[in-house]
Amino acid sequence: MKILVLMKMVPDIVEELEVAADGRSLDQEYLRFIVNERDEYALEQALLLKDRLQATVVVVAPEAPEVDDVLFTARAKGADRLIKVVGLPAGAGARVTATALAATLPGVDGVLPADLVLSGCQSIDDLDGFVAPLLAAALGLPYLGLVSRVAVDAEGGKALLSKEYAGGVMGRFELSLPALVGIQGCEKPPRYVPVAKVRAAIAAGGIEEVAAAGGAGVAPLEIAAMAKPEAAGHAEMLEGSARDVAEKVADILAARGLL
Amino acid sequence: MAQATVLETPDVTLDGLLATPAGRQLLSCIQCGTCAGTCPYGDFMRYTPRRLIGMLREGFIEEVLSTDDLLTCVTCYDCWAKCPRGLRLTDVLLPAVKEQVLLRLPEVPAELQSALANTMRYGNPMGESPRKRAAWVESAGVPVPILRDLGRPVDVLWIVECYAAYYPRGQDNARATARILHALGVDFAILGNEEKCAGECARLVGEKGLFDTLREQNLATYAKYEFGSLLTCDPHAFDAFAFVYPALGLAQPVDHTTPFVASRLDALRPRLTKDLGYKITYHDSCVLGRHNHMHDEPRRLLEAIPGVSLVEMTHNRDNTICCGGGGGGMWLDTFYKAKGYPRLSDRRVEEALATGADVLAVSCPYEVPRFEDSLKVLGGDDRMVVRDVMELVAEALAD
Repeated sequence: MKILVLMKMVPDIVEELEVAADGRSLDQEYLRFIVNERDEYALEQALLLKDRLQATVVVVAPEAPEVDDVLFTARAKGADRLIKVVGLPAGAGARVTATALAATLPGVDGVLPADLVLSGCQSIDDLDGFVAPLLAAALGLPYLGLVSRVAVDAEGGKALLSKEYAGGVMGRFELSLPALVGIQGCEKPPRYVPVAKVRAAIAAGGIEEVAAAGGAGVAPLEIAAMAKPEAAGHAEMLEGSARDVAEKVADILAARGLL
Repeated sequence: MAQATVLETPDVTLDGLLATPAGRQLLSCIQCGTCAGTCPYGDFMRYTPRRLIGMLREGFIEEVLSTDDLLTCVTCYDCWAKCPRGLRLTDVLLPAVKEQVLLRLPEVPAELQSALANTMRYGNPMGESPRKRAAWVESAGVPVPILRDLGRPVDVLWIVECYAAYYPRGQDNARATARILHALGVDFAILGNEEKCAGECARLVGEKGLFDTLREQNLATYAKYEFGSLLTCDPHAFDAFAFVYPALGLAQPVDHTTPFVASRLDALRPRLTKDLGYKITYHDSCVLGRHNHMHDEPRRLLEAIPGVSLVEMTHNRDNTICCGGGGGGMWLDTFYKAKGYPRLSDRRVEEALATGADVLAVSCPYEVPRFEDSLKVLGGDDRMVVRDVMELVAEALAD
């Protein structure tokens, strides 16, 4: 069984994000990139399925700063194949990314058809999670997003998915394979892999670079302006000892009918 | 299509250990069990050093490596100090075994995982931005030069380390230390944002790869500058710089702030004018105290402060009790609590409270949050405070 995991890098918000001089993009000077958290869960889910089903795991990521570390870390965790897609314009937006990936992946030897494609269904630069469903549509795969648990009935050719809804409601779905699943969470948190194993993966190398086949025909996202949010109101600072502050907080909560 | 390669994982085997002098020395273990008896978590550990060595020698170490039992070790150096054979237990055997444990653990405890991942990515276990590492300097009250900006060699490169740089109570220590260094006229600078964790606690919990990565990065950074010696307020960093980095390229000597300042007491004494009037009990840390035997220096410093009287806890000097923070313990409290272990810092603070002292003085940044926490839990925070020796010295310093 073959599982494809799509991962990407997003701005790391541990650093304060600044708007560049052009007023339309992020200042790059101190910007660092980190793997999309949901994609880490997608990888973890893929690795859990690999153990249970003796599957192979192929990780695909667009080129971005520090993506090599992420790919080698995926290898150290157990991914079998690492593919980096180069030439995708940064900040192209969900439609261009999905279209480009859909055009690129069929041309890469041995990637498609995959039985299951997993991708984080949201990221801080794609809160609505468009890339995964758009890609599914472009590849002609059924899609379910915001999934928190994946099991596979290999013989029956279907994925058994759990999806959380508001109010503590859990939905259970069966999806015939091949399919693309948008991962929100996983039954376990992403595993730790000792740095020595990552270093060994880096030393061994083996990231395949493939050129993006282009998102031609799709207009890239044009950002008109970017600005930090302006403070509209003010925060009331509560002064005093811990006891004083706690009393004030309690008074405020009571006054608003919350206690 | 690229072929997947097999990743090698080194084995802790008899052969592997026999290839090193420290490893060969382990063969002379007489199985007396002193290590297990003195270990603060000895009665909770299934595989004490004695058992470990016995099993290694008999060839069934895998049983140990496939459990999380070795995470119980807080690398307090007690077994190392008491071993009648002088075996390199804490500094060589245990990290090597823990390295293998980490490679096999299906799930690393979440807090530890986060601390290690943050250290790898940001150079500090808190996960704070490296660019904020020198933020405390603004409020130091004295000039704290950044070496890159200084543009000249310095006598002393002060490695502030993570807890003193980022944690609010650690920053109190950093500010106090800066004031004292300034008062002594020491020519020093810090690395600021270029500084990364020395990695010793990562090494002691078995993350040798992380330690190696940090060490390479740090040595590359230090090589850019000219300085006479290193200075640090973190005993674990002190150990790394004193015992591990030199073989891998560090030429300069290292001091810990407490003995460094103690050795300049004659110059400092006239400036220690404020009468603090505290009854102080000093906690010998595992690393500065038990491992490096620096017991007199902090006491001399404290006794030089006007109005201070010292009282000893039951366990002191080489027989001190661990705060529980070493070897990853700082990030394993939830793991230990889930297993029902008592908190080592509680045990220590009970002893401190029993002395009737006003102040529990320490020399390691881990101890401040751990002991302050225990004081609250034990209800002793109305009659005792925790202070680093540097904070007390700075408090006594004339303005």
